Amino acid sequence: MARTDPKKDVVIIGLGWTGAILGMEMAKEGLEVLALERGEDRDTIPDFQYPGVIDELKYAIRYGFMQKPRNSTLTIRHGVNDTALPYRHLGSFLPGNGVGGAGIHWNGQTWRTQPAELRLKSYVEENFGADIIPEDMQIQDWGVTYEELEPYYDRFEKLLGISGKAGNLNGEIQEGGNPFEGPRSNEYPNPPLANTYDSELFAEAARKKGLHPFPRPAANASRAYTNEYDMQLGPCNYCGFCERFGCLNYSKASPQTCVLGALKRMPNFSYKTKAEVLKIEKAADGKTAKGVTYFDDNTGEEVFQPADLVLVCAYSLHNVHLLLLSEIGQPYDPATGEGVVGRNYCYQMTGGTSLYFKDKKFNPFIGTGAEGMSIDDYSISQIDFAKEGFIGGSYITGGHTGGRPIGQLSTPPGTPKWGKGWKEAAGAWYNHKMSIGSHGSNMSYRDCYLDLDPTYKDTHGRPLMRMTFNWKPNDIKMTQFMKGKIEDVAASMNPDQMASGYKKEGSQYDTTVYQSTHNVGGAVMGTDPKTSVINRYLQSWDCHNVFVMGASAFPQNTQYNPTGPLGALAYWAVDALRNDYLKNPRPLM
Amino acid sequence: MKTFLRIIAALVVLGVIALLAIIFVPVQRTKPTQDLAANWTPEKGAPLYAARMADCAACHTAKDGKPFAGGKAIESPMGAIYASNITPDKKTGIGNWSLDDFRAALVDGVDDEGHHLYPAMPYENYRHLSETDIRALYAYFMNDVKPVENDVPQTALAFPFNQRWGIRLWNWVALDTPGFHPSDVVAGDDQLARGAYLVQGPGHCAACHSPRNAIMAEDGKTAASDSFLSGGEVGGWSAPDLRHAGAPAQMWSADQLKAYLTTGRNAHSAVTGEMGLAVEHSLQYMTDADADAMVAYLHKIRLGQPPSGANAQMTAEDPAQLPNRVARMDSARDKTSAMLVAGKDLSAGARLYMDNCAACHFSDGKGAPGVFPSLGGNSIVTADQTTGLIDVILNGAAMPSTAKRPEAFKMPGFAHRLSDADVAQIASFLRTAWGNDAGSVDAAAVAKLRQ
Repeated sequence: MARTDPKKDVVIIGLGWTGAILGMEMAKEGLEVLALERGEDRDTIPDFQYPGVIDELKYAIRYGFMQKPRNSTLTIRHGVNDTALPYRHLGSFLPGNGVGGAGIHWNGQTWRTQPAELRLKSYVEENFGADIIPEDMQIQDWGVTYEELEPYYDRFEKLLGISGKAGNLNGEIQEGGNPFEGPRSNEYPNPPLANTYDSELFAEAARKKGLHPFPRPAANASRAYTNEYDMQLGPCNYCGFCERFGCLNYSKASPQTCVLGALKRMPNFSYKTKAEVLKIEKAADGKTAKGVTYFDDNTGEEVFQPADLVLVCAYSLHNVHLLLLSEIGQPYDPATGEGVVGRNYCYQMTGGTSLYFKDKKFNPFIGTGAEGMSIDDYSISQIDFAKEGFIGGSYITGGHTGGRPIGQLSTPPGTPKWGKGWKEAAGAWYNHKMSIGSHGSNMSYRDCYLDLDPTYKDTHGRPLMRMTFNWKPNDIKMTQFMKGKIEDVAASMNPDQMASGYKKEGSQYDTTVYQSTHNVGGAVMGTDPKTSVINRYLQSWDCHNVFVMGASAFPQNTQYNPTGPLGALAYWAVDALRNDYLKNPRPLM
Repeated sequence: MKTFLRIIAALVVLGVIALLAIIFVPVQRTKPTQDLAANWTPEKGAPLYAARMADCAACHTAKDGKPFAGGKAIESPMGAIYASNITPDKKTGIGNWSLDDFRAALVDGVDDEGHHLYPAMPYENYRHLSETDIRALYAYFMNDVKPVENDVPQTALAFPFNQRWGIRLWNWVALDTPGFHPSDVVAGDDQLARGAYLVQGPGHCAACHSPRNAIMAEDGKTAASDSFLSGGEVGGWSAPDLRHAGAPAQMWSADQLKAYLTTGRNAHSAVTGEMGLAVEHSLQYMTDADADAMVAYLHKIRLGQPPSGANAQMTAEDPAQLPNRVARMDSARDKTSAMLVAGKDLSAGARLYMDNCAACHFSDGKGAPGVFPSLGGNSIVTADQTTGLIDVILNGAAMPSTAKRPEAFKMPGFAHRLSDADVAQIASFLRTAWGNDAGSVDAAAVAKLRQ
């Protein structure tokens, strides 16, 4: 029989970015808050301390900070008629584990969605007509506009101390910034990072083509910074170990560096690690949740934790899994198109071109997770979808995140894969390669979704979640469009050799090759309970005291990295909770 | 001859009588310096504030122990002195102490039974406490602290230091007038007088920051003495000079000194060692007005003129504020920074610095304001006692988490990675880099401190 612990006002599932923010804001309301984190506790010292954390084999190749598939995974298949198999080895995406979640091992690329992206369906219909939307595409509006979210983007950027250059300040286009971004109320809190040589070369070539390069917004602090919780960041040292690593330098924004030190001082906040939530428990009325049941790995028992408010703040895939297991919201059925939980799972379409120059040295070991010069000239708001025959867009960046010897060493096409030839080429080209990458949108489709697997179970006996996903012609067309644009700029830079990698007609989703940990959707937000799991305030349509944070709320994926909107939405939900829900708990829509 | 013997005998007898008197005649307790009504009660919040300002927890709360239950070993040159249990527990704490007993401990250094306390208890300083603060402290320990039954280890120093009556003699020489007497320096200025009171009394700054004289008493208990706060020693670490114009505490702006005291960090440096505990348990709770008063007073009692050009780095445009690392490297003009950026013919110490330290402290040695301490002009780096510097390199350091600056920044230790010779080379490099001018460190000194 499960142990029952004393009731809390708020229970938070997962202590990453959104869990930390919600924890802080609810604790500031004077509520008793408990966060449950299934992984280990983590802090800069000792977990990310120099030089132990700069171990590529341990952390980047053997995934030291990631979840272990033996503890938690899902099954994956390409289509509804296939049999899904477990994702037994991490590859395509790398969910984080432990306190801080993926917020400790991200690169720090922090974007805002374009205004058009937040009302994508309306935007497409208004500008190009509803008939350009392919029959199986299920894009929709988010239910919140850019204008509404702007103050929350601003707050989140200030929380993280983003280094960047505004391109649109209150409607005025700013030289050197991104002219295609939505209007911002403020400049970035910190100036841009220094550029590396390859970023400069790309920017110069882009400018010559009439494009508009700007520094990629970075959560790697360019100087010492103090945020609203009085938490501090130190200046980044360009060590090149962001992605897959915790930051040794207190420079990369993470829940640890931006929130947790202050949050742990709050007497009404506490957190438990090695506490995996198994289920959100519904009250007898079925209209609210009464708490959560979790497995306490410290004592080896199941615990029922009663609470008035349940905040689901786990990784997007786990949010959806928990809702399915807890039977909160009707599971999506692709055959009928009915149901919502698991609907509109999306991924990220990326591609890139490598450029090899015999006479240029790039010192790739100097890098940061978000350094680079980007262009947004081929973003969603800048493309004539009717003319190009696809819906979507990408941002394109020249730059690099590091020069690690195993994962970030590449050799030109035709190089042997091993032996003397490889060694010679690796030595010859390590310092002479740069790349230009596209980071693009992925639309939602009727048969790309998440549900419970009929066969496989996890260590607690619960069905694994099943992902059904494959690339679609619309998104492949989009990435092929980007290939053309990038190769055009790349060729103008006169490299000695070039190599491109983009999805092409017939490309199948490959789970073994890393692409991005930007799994979104499945518990999407909206204004219609028939097509969304949560309303525009991230509140469950079915249980009004359950709020679901994170990128699982995205109705389709944007062209950008998800952390910016995920953070803005968290603060947006905080305001709805603080100003409305807590005073009078009820469905807000 | 007989007369002489008689005189000797008489002297011996007198001596014995005096000795017996010293040992057995109870100490005359000092009377309150202010007559307060018996039913006087401190203002709400004053008891906790007084206990925090006097930083009783620093010694009387053991690491991971219950608040004020004692047991922490205070290392002294004579041996370990165990802090007593000052919770209101009647059996093992001070639950049976009267207000007069309590005052006598703070002012005269004697316990409720008249036994002398070792001067590790800073009654040299606490005897300057106001009667209102003494009453507030008494109220705090009697009413607000939870009684904890905890028998602390008996302090057992070697002979002759185990003869507590000897402390009576010491007190005659060491102690000055009880109560707070504002000096001429602060006359007529309420803020300065408050600052002087906080520094001399509850803050007991002199306990560490004044040197000790031949009998191990504080050499300088008020600003009337030039030795006051001119630098002392605690636990083998130098407690820096706060007084002379060239000392960091005097070169920092008032805002920076205030930030250091109340948040454990400022644009130039950060606390570590014992001072970290003082900030964590006491100074961070100072009201704004008290912090301003303390800072104003410390700057008022400055001695001498700053050495020419010495504080240029504190006042000129600070490169640590530049927008990125590259701009900072480009802007560095001093000899050490230029040498490190050029990277040619570096000494072993300089190379080790680049490999182990420069990521945070930068090649200009300035670190980052409020985050990574500057190493140029840093008092731990240049202290005569190298214990602190070596200890930090070997074992790391941590800033306290404070309400205004909650991030408990930690520097990792390098003991597992650097040999004694490596540490000595880095330390020696630091002590002559960026204008620092202090002697070198040898590997034997590191070996002694490596645990």
